[in-house]
Amino acid sequence: MEFFRIKHDIPFMSYGRLTTTISLVTFLFAVFFLATRGLNFGVDFTGGTVIEIHYAQPADLDKVRSQLGGIGLHDALVQNFGSSKDVLIQVPLKQIASGAKLSEQVFGTLHQQDASVEMRRVEFVGPQVGKELVENGTLALLLVSLGIVCYLWLRFEWKFGLAAIIANLHDVVIILGFFAFFQWEFSLSVLAALLAVLGYSVNESVVVFDRIRENFRKMRKTEVSEIIDNAITRTMSRTIITHACTQMMVTAMLLLGGETLHYFALALTIGILFSIYSSVLVASPILLWLGVSREDFIKPEKIEAEEVLP
Amino acid sequence: MNQYPLWKYLLILVALILGLVYTLPNFYGESPAVQVQPLRSTLKADSALMGRVEAALKAANLNPQTVMLDATSVKARFNDTDSQIKAKDILQTQLGEDYVVALNLVSRSPQWLTGINALPMYLGLDLRGGVHFLLQVDMKAALDKAMESFSGDIRSTLREQNIAYAGVSRDGKLVTVKFRDAEARGKGEAELKQRFGGLAFNDKDEGSEYLLLATLKPTEEKRIQDSAVQQNLVTLRNRVNELGVAEPVIQQQGVDRIVVQLPGVQDTARAKDILGRTATLEVRLVDEEHHFVEGSAAPFGTEMFREKDGTPLLVKKSVLLTGERINDAQPGFDSRNNEPAVHINLDGVGARKFKEATRENVGKRMAIILFEKGKGEIVTAPVIREEIGGGRVQISGRMSTTEAQNTSLLLRAGALAAPMEIVEERTVGPSLGVDNITRGFHSTQIGFVAIAIFMIAYYLMFGIFSMLALGANLLLLVALLSMLQATLTLQGMAGIALTLGMAIDSNVLINERIRDELRSGNTPQASIHAGYEHAFGTILDSNITTLIAGIALFMFGSGPVRGFAVVLCLGILTSMFSAVLVSRAIVNLIYGRRVRLAKVSIG
Repeated sequence: MEFFRIKHDIPFMSYGRLTTTISLVTFLFAVFFLATRGLNFGVDFTGGTVIEIHYAQPADLDKVRSQLGGIGLHDALVQNFGSSKDVLIQVPLKQIASGAKLSEQVFGTLHQQDASVEMRRVEFVGPQVGKELVENGTLALLLVSLGIVCYLWLRFEWKFGLAAIIANLHDVVIILGFFAFFQWEFSLSVLAALLAVLGYSVNESVVVFDRIRENFRKMRKTEVSEIIDNAITRTMSRTIITHACTQMMVTAMLLLGGETLHYFALALTIGILFSIYSSVLVASPILLWLGVSREDFIKPEKIEAEEVLP
Repeated sequence: MNQYPLWKYLLILVALILGLVYTLPNFYGESPAVQVQPLRSTLKADSALMGRVEAALKAANLNPQTVMLDATSVKARFNDTDSQIKAKDILQTQLGEDYVVALNLVSRSPQWLTGINALPMYLGLDLRGGVHFLLQVDMKAALDKAMESFSGDIRSTLREQNIAYAGVSRDGKLVTVKFRDAEARGKGEAELKQRFGGLAFNDKDEGSEYLLLATLKPTEEKRIQDSAVQQNLVTLRNRVNELGVAEPVIQQQGVDRIVVQLPGVQDTARAKDILGRTATLEVRLVDEEHHFVEGSAAPFGTEMFREKDGTPLLVKKSVLLTGERINDAQPGFDSRNNEPAVHINLDGVGARKFKEATRENVGKRMAIILFEKGKGEIVTAPVIREEIGGGRVQISGRMSTTEAQNTSLLLRAGALAAPMEIVEERTVGPSLGVDNITRGFHSTQIGFVAIAIFMIAYYLMFGIFSMLALGANLLLLVALLSMLQATLTLQGMAGIALTLGMAIDSNVLINERIRDELRSGNTPQASIHAGYEHAFGTILDSNITTLIAGIALFMFGSGPVRGFAVVLCLGILTSMFSAVLVSRAIVNLIYGRRVRLAKVSIG
């Protein structure tokens, strides 16, 4: 079986203007939603308390809300989580009740009303810890970007490093844009997924770049844009198949992994889809515009000046 | 051309066999067990203890599957949780307070596997259920406390040496000693400098007052902070031991934080209650000369505290005794009227101080004050009937049996050097833990099967090779995680699935490359060779970029993210090994020998 039996190279580079416009527009949309809506940060980052409880029968959310209101928690967010029997309660940080005590107070109150309630999970994050997690997350993102640029610079050339990181940060911003637009919860797991996507989708660019470098050596007389077209066309089959396989795993996680892994898998899905696009249609045009040339890899032979010997 | 030397095949074989052996313990599952661990370092877990455990269980008609002895504990394994819980109660009463008897889960894997240190993967709290706390030590309070005791010591030193001084006062981390003349100050400074090496002294003249300012040297400040964390760690360990938890983790994190992980703890409220009690204890005299008027300030030299029922009581500021002087405290009953009581045993210094204090104050009341988060509450304020010597003290009256139990636990666990606060908590109930394991397992399973079907349909024989390599990858990854006993979290399971999904990339690269070479008209053998050679550089590059991300995640990630990062990094290493070496070895074994290979099955 073979899906991609392409006889002629697809002239990707000549669509450069179109593809760049598309990614620029998506990018700007993502930035717009990030700026206007902002990310819906989870308890990991904002601090606060999350309590997951399980009832033997479908839960009455309004009753839970009124009971929580009874102990002064009017601003608690109560929603179903996964099934109608599971309830997630989110309480933002407050000055009055110490977070550590809060979960017991909540559980105690609910338990009085319905003895079948079962405590599934409690997460409490203090304000200081949340702040540190944000700082560390940002630092990790910066370090990964820097590390990748440096590695690609060493392995290829600075133009490749720059092109790859622009393409992949573009993916990251778009994932963030999705999270901002749909107001999905941005948790530590999602951040981990984001960094994994960054590392993973750089693979994409690396594979294409490897071919470009090889082509520079093999196809001596060919135009740079044609070299890139050829590299992309010949790696396309691998790109699609690899991503399809990874996506199979991620889809299994998305469907069966439960609520905790849901947004993790979702971030990965968006990341994988966009990294196919960006590695091919963002990284390569940038590379072309940065003026990559054969001389970047093959040092032109120096023509020795004639020497006059006495 | 496509032949490996024998040693390479053997190397791969050995790696796979090792992988299989270390993966095995994960298949046996776990049995409920009771773990007995001595509390004091003088007691050892030895065959005598094992004999006692066996005898006690036999007497109660409980038949454990096995009773095992390891370096630190004796473990008895049972068929069901009912007999496990019964056994725990029996052992606790038989062995007494010197041993921790805790419920645990023990691997059912056979002895020879345990013997070579092949253990199942170490499951994180989100998979086995339990509590994770991050506690912040209040360093400012630790320093304040140290300075307070320094100022007391300065005062007594000057008094002992008959050096005239006008007063000693403390303002935060600064202690000011007032002298009437420069000569006394000179003498005092010399004496104090000699005695308190950790303090820095400075002169200051203010009008007619000659001041001596004492501050902490930076090294001393650091020492105080370190020892505060250390003392709190010890105290927490004692408290956790009281809870009876198997395999607790109590570690320092960073400069001023402590992580406490209690696997399998179901009664989180009690755990939090006991750990979170940042209690220090003080014994002071009740001031009976003044009467407290609601709304007004407490008279000079006294402080107001409330009893449990809210009655205000004026207490003198000077402290007779602190919780550090308590050796032991046990709940019990008053021998005279059978009321619940707490029996306290003081150390030498404490006993002497207590004797003096009680002799001078017969007929007066003393107050035992429990400080939690800077707020004091009077536990009890008994009347001193007579001089109490020998360091044995009994507190009784107005308490229930549970209160007596909790008070004695608090006293026994010792005082904390500095208050602590829970800044992060993650609790996972046992049912969610089990669900998480099933979910993680199912998604990996389904994903693996889906990839297998696709790869074999697309690449035929080479698809089978790729899947065998991917299987080897999973085997080696699980073996490595079991061997290192790295904590496996739900995110770590997601990491396993993700690295498998990503590892297939290497095989796709190779297979595509081989097809490419075949299409260019090369012979099958040459194509296989070139395919692996060319693909390797690309595989290396792409894996290293992912590894960079993994390492950064490990460095900056905490908790769940870290679990993911560990798996990601290890997965990259195993996937490089299996995708390149294992798959090549299989290809070589099957195709490499045939000199005239006309066709390969690659779809």
